[in-house]
Amino acid sequence: MDENATFAQIRREIEDNPVVLFMKGTPVFPQCGFSAAVVHALSQLGVKFKGIDVLVDPSLRDGVKQFSQWPTVPQLYVGGEFVGGCDIVREMYESGELKTMLDEKGVEYAD
Amino acid sequence: MAMESSEIERLIKQAIPDARVTIEDLRGDGDHYAAHVVSAEFAGKSRVQQHQMVYRALQGKMGTALHALALQTGAPEGS
Repeated sequence: MDENATFAQIRREIEDNPVVLFMKGTPVFPQCGFSAAVVHALSQLGVKFKGIDVLVDPSLRDGVKQFSQWPTVPQLYVGGEFVGGCDIVREMYESGELKTMLDEKGVEYAD
Repeated sequence: MAMESSEIERLIKQAIPDARVTIEDLRGDGDHYAAHVVSAEFAGKSRVQQHQMVYRALQGKMGTALHALALQTGAPEGS
């Protein structure tokens, strides 16, 4: 897949899904401690999110880094906007800012 | 692959000259660091933009030569 097709795929995912986490592994089986930390924060808040495993697609793994201009995975998108990686999400989770932002964006919580 | 903390500090200061950089080698293996970077250049910028500035300073080494760098950034108090 060329870069444009990868970017289009990423754009579609973040437009179609309110909360998207590009990660290594899946929400149930994260394959990296940093991805697991973000999954944990989102799960604690009970927010519904789509996890996308970049390990299954090398073009996506590289493409998402270029798309976000961010050198590492995980990467969290809310409402089509890049929120940050593990450090930022953790900081925002601990300060309560993440919950405030999710509420402002009107994201859905699991029952 | 590993990288000396002095090299991380040098690259950050080269790109952000006023930066105050504190680096901790989390496991003592030269591969997992935590860096705290304070610079007046961060004032008015989002966290994502601040981290992107640090990643740019590291010239593509983040995610390659440098496996893990936990970042905390901010502007100095009062700026």
